[in-house]
Amino acid sequence: MTNHWVDIKNANVIIVMGGNAAEAHPCGFKWVTEAKAHNQATLVVIDPRFTRSASVADLYAPVRTGTDIAFLGGVINYLLSKDRIQHEYVKSYTNASFLVAEGFTFEDGLFSGYDAGGRKYDRSTWAYQMGPDGYALVDETLQHPRCVFQLMKQHFSRYTPEAVSNICGTPRETFLKVCEIIATTSVPDRTLTFLYALGWTQHSTGSQIIRTAAMVQLLLGNIGMAGGGVNALRGHSNIQGLTDLGLLSDLLPGYLTLPREQETDFKAYLDKRSIKPLRPGQMSYWQNYPKFHVSLMKSWYGAAATKENNFCFDWLPKLDKVYDILQVFELMAQGQLNGYFCQGFNPLAAVPNKAKLVKALSKLKYLVVIDPLATETSCFWENHGEYHDVDSAKISTEVLRLPSTCFAEENGSLTNSGRWLQWHYQGARPPGEAKADTEIMAGIFLKIRELYRKEGGPFPDAIANLTWNYQIPAAPSPEELAMEYNGKALEDLTDPKDPTKVILKKGQQLDGFGQLKDDGSTACGCWIYSGAWTEKGNLMARRDNSDPSGLGNTLNWGFAWPANRRVLYNRASCDTTGKPWDPKRKLVYWDGAKWAGADVPDLKPDAAPADGMGPFIMQAEGVGRLFALDKMAEGPFPEHYEPFETPIDTNPLHPKVISNPAARVFRGDADEFGKGQQYPYAATTYRLTEHFHYWTKHTRLSSIMQPEQFVEIGEELAREKGIRGGDKVRVWSHRGSIKAVAVVTKRIRPLKVNGKTVHHVGIPIHWGFKGVARKGYLANVLTPFVGDANTQTPEFKSFLVNLEKA
Amino acid sequence: MSLQSLDITRRSATTTASPGQRQTTEVAKLIDVTKCIGCKACQVACMEWNDTRDDIGENHGVYDNPADLTANSWTVMRYAEVETDRGLEWLIRKDGCMHCAEPGCLKACPAPGAIVQYRNGIVDFQEGNCIGCGYCITGCPFNIPRLSKKDSKVYKCTLCSDRVAVGLEPACVKTCPTGAIVFGSKEDMIRHAEERIVDLKQRGYAKAGLYDPQGVGGTHVMYVLHHADRPEMYCGLPKDPAIGPLVGVWKGAAKPVASLALGMIAVGAFAHYVANGPNEVDEENEKEHKE
Amino acid sequence: MNVTRRRFLKICATGLGSSSVVALGFPVTKAQAEVRAFKLARSSETRNTCPYCSVSCGLIMHSLGDRAKNAESSIFHIEGDPDHPVNRGTLCPKGAGLVDFIHSPNRLKYPEYRAAGSDRWQRISWDEAFARVARWMKDDRDRNFLAKNAAGATVNRWLTTGFLAASASSNEAGYLTHKVIRNLGVLAFDNQARV
Repeated sequence: MTNHWVDIKNANVIIVMGGNAAEAHPCGFKWVTEAKAHNQATLVVIDPRFTRSASVADLYAPVRTGTDIAFLGGVINYLLSKDRIQHEYVKSYTNASFLVAEGFTFEDGLFSGYDAGGRKYDRSTWAYQMGPDGYALVDETLQHPRCVFQLMKQHFSRYTPEAVSNICGTPRETFLKVCEIIATTSVPDRTLTFLYALGWTQHSTGSQIIRTAAMVQLLLGNIGMAGGGVNALRGHSNIQGLTDLGLLSDLLPGYLTLPREQETDFKAYLDKRSIKPLRPGQMSYWQNYPKFHVSLMKSWYGAAATKENNFCFDWLPKLDKVYDILQVFELMAQGQLNGYFCQGFNPLAAVPNKAKLVKALSKLKYLVVIDPLATETSCFWENHGEYHDVDSAKISTEVLRLPSTCFAEENGSLTNSGRWLQWHYQGARPPGEAKADTEIMAGIFLKIRELYRKEGGPFPDAIANLTWNYQIPAAPSPEELAMEYNGKALEDLTDPKDPTKVILKKGQQLDGFGQLKDDGSTACGCWIYSGAWTEKGNLMARRDNSDPSGLGNTLNWGFAWPANRRVLYNRASCDTTGKPWDPKRKLVYWDGAKWAGADVPDLKPDAAPADGMGPFIMQAEGVGRLFALDKMAEGPFPEHYEPFETPIDTNPLHPKVISNPAARVFRGDADEFGKGQQYPYAATTYRLTEHFHYWTKHTRLSSIMQPEQFVEIGEELAREKGIRGGDKVRVWSHRGSIKAVAVVTKRIRPLKVNGKTVHHVGIPIHWGFKGVARKGYLANVLTPFVGDANTQTPEFKSFLVNLEKA
Repeated sequence: MSLQSLDITRRSATTTASPGQRQTTEVAKLIDVTKCIGCKACQVACMEWNDTRDDIGENHGVYDNPADLTANSWTVMRYAEVETDRGLEWLIRKDGCMHCAEPGCLKACPAPGAIVQYRNGIVDFQEGNCIGCGYCITGCPFNIPRLSKKDSKVYKCTLCSDRVAVGLEPACVKTCPTGAIVFGSKEDMIRHAEERIVDLKQRGYAKAGLYDPQGVGGTHVMYVLHHADRPEMYCGLPKDPAIGPLVGVWKGAAKPVASLALGMIAVGAFAHYVANGPNEVDEENEKEHKE
Repeated sequence: MNVTRRRFLKICATGLGSSSVVALGFPVTKAQAEVRAFKLARSSETRNTCPYCSVSCGLIMHSLGDRAKNAESSIFHIEGDPDHPVNRGTLCPKGAGLVDFIHSPNRLKYPEYRAAGSDRWQRISWDEAFARVARWMKDDRDRNFLAKNAAGATVNRWLTTGFLAASASSNEAGYLTHKVIRNLGVLAFDNQARV
């Protein structure tokens, strides 16, 4: 979230799209009902289904699954053609005025530089025109035909209300009503917030959907504002934290990136990431990359990391490609993996195309599952009849299952969707011999280190020298680990303005990432978390909920990264002179000498407005990007591409380029995509409020509330198929088949799309072959093995099925 | 049993007047159906707090689960898909005891002290005194109480009298994610409802209103409805609930006959319990309760 | 005897005058009204955070006993933390039922091993489990670790074992996991954020 949960109450318009906040995040949704009750806010829900969120909305707009870019592109077209944008914001805080390189084109669904064989782009033309001074060229009148503003206008001019209605199935009048509600927030003192979740990410175009929403918000001047922003409502309690800590194939903690194998030179590695400003006077904060990176290396390798050995740069594994979960299961299915660990993760249920997953897991030599619960993955070799029909005797994978603690049995912090780190405490002992994840990781590591000490082996250096100065080596305490990722001074640190003044003594906890050094005198395990545990103690455990501004920022509750800031880009809540756009919602302001206000200012504290430092300090331009340069796989402007399985078997905008041309599709998986003729119904998977993924089927109370697997279909489709509510139905895709109870509802209506009637089939995901709820089929029996072109998040939200009465 | 209690205003089948000197605040739970997302947190919190667990049932082709109130489920969400002039509306109502000011259950109950009404308005069942006759079920205009198959006693929402007695709000109120359920003095709840109705009318719900039916003397569980003129749309919320006329007439002519019959039931039920364990409710009876 | 109560009531009309049963001999003194004992009166409270979605609602967990040496804490009730700025005491249906997650019959209690081709689990000790995992890993790493690529560049990677990290484990567990796994050279490393 750019903003945070409580801040939703400050919104005037709330758009729930690509998510179902009432269903999946009910307690966060309270701030929506609060905005409605006390801020006269308007709630709009855009979804293929009339959801629980829709049940309390002021306006519901149906949309075909997988067509969100078309819808939002239509909104952009509406705002631009009706001139309903926040002009001063767009001119000063976005790259609308930047000139784009001459070679950049868009024709027939493809941007310049496409390589059809490799399914990827040469992105070199997706760039700015550069001046001789090394800065990008701009035209502040926004009239230059090559400026971003004009190119954007042209790009989205195709997304007329008629085109939107034809692609999305949204009635034209409803679409226009939504546009009008959104446009009311283009004035400086009204804001709109977008609340989204997996309904936007789980598409082959997911990242671009979110980008389109971000563009809408930039045009309306709603980023950085109280009650504004683009807000990802993340799914799991610490998925934000695990992402921040870089537990992904190509990341290091704090969004630092692992080197590619071509990057053999340490200095070049740092320089590439120390991005220089693209406009005069900009902060371009990533220029500090070396400080973050070197401090991480010092944290991991201690004295072994020296200037002379490039702080152990060579010790880091180097990437030949990104090993995302789809890539890994593809390799596993090919027999190229021997071992696999699942720590609190149930991939047999959570990754698409179950048949492929079973095949892949069966090829492993060993599988280690660390979990509090008996997951399906740990039992993938067990036969559970129609729900999971395998022959145990033929599966030679050895499996170890290690019991871990749950939340109630450990101390530690979790990072919520609003970037708050909050500390929690142990309330009881774990059952039986279950151990904390920290102890399990320590146990494994110490044993391996011992083996390498005894037996030797390839490249033991990083293992042998990994800092492990915990009081009890077999059980590092959460407190020690938190202090480690916050970071400390390895030498006395002096004030840069007065070198005689020591601000931190050797060994003291850092106050924040502003104190990090690139010379090895500081250690910090995750720079963005620096400030969480300082000499003042554990700031994540703070419990002062006072809210003097009334905006809900509670700066003394827990700790928010970065630097305890609650609303990102909050400098953009003021005009260029430093005066808040909306005097009623003053997040920050320039007081004549410095930035002050109800939040931690997101700017150099003494950067005078007159100096023109832009609010988007992580970007080299200092402004928000309406044109994404080369950062996205499939183009600098979002474009509507159909899901890989589309019920209309074409793309009305460009029939030759139907689906995302830059999405990675593995050979065998392409053969498993179904066509509209055989599988006429648009299917989508989702969560129910009564359950949490595949966990709560293990809890009795949740299982009482939704005991049995079902699928939802509209009354019209049910009539056609002779299905009544409560009947058993069979649903199948090109990959597999499930049986479930039919819920027949008025809340799913057929849509008119490209001259065709499209029915949706809704498939909640929560059942499986383990648990106290009634046994059911894992819903990923049905789903296709293809992901977003940028993140590889699987396309769980849009695929094709057929169905019949069972 | 605890010594903790609340001031009592009346108890079933008892002529002795309750002490009436102390005046405690009349409380109420307000359920704002227009804010409710039907998440069932109230159902879970109710079961968790009261240490009951219903069966893990089946899906009957709807979201309602458990399908009906039971001796373990003292509140359930009822979902109605209704087409109005505003288009499709998903009207979701939390069903449970209304804590009537003139409680039909209490008036119908023949077992002394099995049903009490506290001064603050809560109508509570004292299962220790319940003889399992089921009169309360018939007496209830909202079809709320449910007979347990396990112990042949009748259960329903207590409005968390154990929590309210120590100054806390009921469990369902506390948990409600969207603030659709609120709790306080009846006076405050009426004021809260009025504010909500103003907001709803501004949003075009011309008939928005408060449900506090006077046929039962008003209730201590009230609803804010978008369509207060048509409460039946909310899964059959009765428009003008009243205690069955016979409860009122009862004390006259039929009394001796009924007293005798009741005595037979009470004694007989006890004998049956000793001999055979708890009663099973027969199918017909069960069905009638659901009507 | 199986009295159809409803039918009976239809005959003699609904409800019964209050004096009736007293007349039949039920003693009034027994009819005291008591509310159920407040079950949290002396329970121990622990602050925690809901492990489900990322709203991260504040929790108060109530456990048996006062944490005296001889009392085993067992969590018997969980409700929302009213001081928490986001949830302000509320919990959704999942959070309100957390106590059944803690005590789920499907919680794992001991390390277990399943041999190739077997159809059952076998309980083992932690020492055995750690030794076995470390052996598997080291054997695989020793055999497949790639110090340099074909071009001769130092790459120090190990691609034949992968690791999927949790999504509800603490930051501290996540940090330690990253530290350990990355330094073995693992690149097939991912977490729930992807899906």
